[in-house]
Amino acid sequence: MTVVRTKVLPGDLICDAPSGPLPLNTYRIGNKLYSLKIGLAEIEEKEVKLIPLSGPYVPRINDFVVGTVVDLNAFAWDVDINSLYLAHLPAQDVFGRNFSSISHSLNEQFKIGDIMAAKIVTYDRTRDPLLTIREPGLGKIIRGEPVKLSPSKVPRLIGKKGSMAKIIESKTRTKLIIGQNGVIVVQGPPEGIVLAIKAIRLIEEKAQVASLTNMINDLLTKEGV
Amino acid sequence: MSKLIDENGVRLDGRRFDELRPIKIEVGVVKNADGSAYIEFGKNKIVAAVYGPREAHPKHLSLPDRAIIRCRYHMSPFSTEERKPPQPTRREIEISLVLRRAMECAVFLEEYPRSIIDVYVEVLQSDGGSRCASITAVSAALADSGISMRDLIVGCAVGKADGQLILDLNDKEDKEGQCDMPVAYMPNLEKITLLQFDGAFTEDEFKKAIELAIMGNRKIYDILRKTLTERYFKTGDEK
Repeated sequence: MTVVRTKVLPGDLICDAPSGPLPLNTYRIGNKLYSLKIGLAEIEEKEVKLIPLSGPYVPRINDFVVGTVVDLNAFAWDVDINSLYLAHLPAQDVFGRNFSSISHSLNEQFKIGDIMAAKIVTYDRTRDPLLTIREPGLGKIIRGEPVKLSPSKVPRLIGKKGSMAKIIESKTRTKLIIGQNGVIVVQGPPEGIVLAIKAIRLIEEKAQVASLTNMINDLLTKEGV
Repeated sequence: MSKLIDENGVRLDGRRFDELRPIKIEVGVVKNADGSAYIEFGKNKIVAAVYGPREAHPKHLSLPDRAIIRCRYHMSPFSTEERKPPQPTRREIEISLVLRRAMECAVFLEEYPRSIIDVYVEVLQSDGGSRCASITAVSAALADSGISMRDLIVGCAVGKADGQLILDLNDKEDKEGQCDMPVAYMPNLEKITLLQFDGAFTEDEFKKAIELAIMGNRKIYDILRKTLTERYFKTGDEK
């Protein structure tokens, strides 16, 4: 199957609209499909995909995100997930069904400023996203340095089957916790963290370059820890 | 009053009737903004910055089904020949409004309900036609920020001087000419998002003026396209 890739700007005609649901970041007039963003349109026989090159993070269900607690009340935490909406983590999710606002104190689990890895359970545009931490690998992040990256460049940081992230992790002896919302926590020895952040900044700058993996490899080998 | 067009059909700054001033556009000039652009449109120098979509404050401004746009067009005190007091004038408030309305046609507001998009336009140097240059800069900044847009918007004015239609008026032609009509246009959708008019055209002249404006806008669109393409696809690699 051939995949045609074209560069598109907002308002550019992509192709005839395929049947079925509208692909993300596109819109339809009559039976023509147009782009809403600057990006790369991948046109397959029956499927069209538009990869945006910039843009804010719009939450999606089942996304793995890294967030910061910004507020708490008797029943939930408000979490900044680098999006246009604040996310909520209900206290019941942490304390279980027996949660009572009298016997439990939310401050014991998460304080304002704490960083957490969470997953988005529900979200639609009428309500703020709801988070959960009741899955392996989720919960409070105690160590590490949070770094922000443009959310549209996160796939580039991960690379094909995680290749880019693996290179950075092994060469800098760090661990990356990559949230789909563009927040990354780098854990490891200080010099490794510095180098990993350098690599992330390079990815942000040169996201379109084809040989980026080699470039990162060279950078990390040269300055390796 | 001096003549604005000489007997050879050449305007004061050496342009033909259908010629634009030199245009330069840069994208991503304000580091802290989500999207930004800088435009030089003849002697106009304008910076536009987009922040958001973000949570609307004060909250009562927000709408449940779509985002709102807040636009501020401002001319720096040093942007004009005589110092301009920094507080917003009637003209600036009006231009903020028309820019906002022009943008609202293009931005997919329904995608970001309950939020606000802040757009700031700062004119550093002005020379006639700054609202048209501003709308071009704003659309470049919006595209840079990655906000969903139906189309890019470009703007340019047409007018009449010494009884002849002219494209892209400068300050003097704007003030001393007989007519001034700024037009903002979405080239792919072929729709006009802003049209203001000051002076008098005959019906025939008006039709010709619109055609001239669209032709000018298409030229600006090509420049804008080139700028955005270079910025985002510079390496020529699609990976």
